[in-house]
Amino acid sequence: MRELKITPIKNGTVIDHIGNGMALEVLRILDVRSLDKDSTVSVAIHVRSGKLGWKDIVKVENMELSPRNVNAIALIAPTATISIIRDFKVREKRTVDLPPQIVGILRCPNPNCISNQPEPLESEFDVLERRPVVLSCAFCERRVDDFLEHLA
Amino acid sequence: MSLHGRDVISIRDLSREEIESLLDAGRKMIPFAEGTKVTRPLENKIVAMAFFEPSTRTRLSFESAVQRLGGSCLTIADAGATSMRKGESLYDTIRMLSSYADAIVIRHPNEGSARLAARASDRPVLNAGDGAGQHPTQTLLDLATMREAFGTLTGLRVVLLGDLKYGRTVHSLAYALALFGSEIVLSSPEGLRFPDERRVELKQLGARLTDQPDVHQAVRDADVLYVTRIQKERFGDEAEYRKVAGSYRIDAAVLARAKSRLIVMHPLPRAGEIAPEVDRTPHAAYFRQAFLAVPVRMALLNAVLGPAKRGG
Repeated sequence: MRELKITPIKNGTVIDHIGNGMALEVLRILDVRSLDKDSTVSVAIHVRSGKLGWKDIVKVENMELSPRNVNAIALIAPTATISIIRDFKVREKRTVDLPPQIVGILRCPNPNCISNQPEPLESEFDVLERRPVVLSCAFCERRVDDFLEHLA
Repeated sequence: MSLHGRDVISIRDLSREEIESLLDAGRKMIPFAEGTKVTRPLENKIVAMAFFEPSTRTRLSFESAVQRLGGSCLTIADAGATSMRKGESLYDTIRMLSSYADAIVIRHPNEGSARLAARASDRPVLNAGDGAGQHPTQTLLDLATMREAFGTLTGLRVVLLGDLKYGRTVHSLAYALALFGSEIVLSSPEGLRFPDERRVELKQLGARLTDQPDVHQAVRDADVLYVTRIQKERFGDEAEYRKVAGSYRIDAAVLARAKSRLIVMHPLPRAGEIAPEVDRTPHAAYFRQAFLAVPVRMALLNAVLGPAKRGG
């Protein structure tokens, strides 16, 4: 972090160790356009990393992630770490962890799946494998391993 | 684990032991299914037949099974005649139906619809086909047919022939055959090959899986030839369909090279894949297969809805 030309944030969230090139997808999940206009969002792409070789970093001021956002990040950036910053200090740091079920985050890629019909339900996937992540639709059993295209 | 009160949505919902016990129970149901003996374990029970897609064999054999067990049916045979036409969701329709019946049998054109129905209903739901998805009772009666012919489901060499890409029956059947340790030979036109993700799943179960697109070769050492319909709607042009469909016609000449005990199965309806002359050979098992739908579905309905077994 010491070499980065990104201003420290007083309060907010730092998402570090994002796989190289995935920062913009993380921003999409966070829906940063909806943040209040006084918040700064910093993005570093293609940063040298001891652990990963190269990584991306996202810092968002005045935002703490919802469980839904954490689960979505776990899907597309399983190596990410999340630090909660309060008063310029790291108050909490954790790795993302995929829950056994992913609810309401992805659309089923099967157009004929009942979850894509106007029914009172949320999409739901079971985690079949973790490395690499493979999901299975809880309704139609379709396997999914390509999440970017199917984020709801 | 007892099947009493449970949903059966996919063949994966059943363990090998549960499948075996259903097949045993199905065999004992044969005289009741034929009407030579009478039993009434479903007396005063109502089973709703929620068929949102056309079906002949499945619906009628389920209705026959319920009535042979002394129960009665409520039938939706035409989705156009229900409030779904007014935009009512499947969820609401099933929720309502579950308060009128003791169990629901559902067929619906969307994959995953039976799982949704199971969530909407507080009564057991049996899947009778959800789009290109699951059709577990078809698999049970397919297995019953093979076991009746060979006395076992282990060590058989089963050729799956035809549309192996979209055909829902072959996916569930292949899974069950792998569970029982039979060898699976896949024989399909190039564009209708068995999907890779399904192959991965079968290999994880330890399945012996080979490809043999030449039906003459495939039949040679087979115990079972399971033929499926090549669906015309999967082909862009008529000539292409005819070429493929023509290459899969099973007739006396193809069967001349087969073992004498080979059985030919088909989930029916057939559309020219099996020549009528095969009907007169001892290989033809498809009408027996269609009959076994009744005792097998009786066994399942009785297990799910009949009197609960002590300690079960």
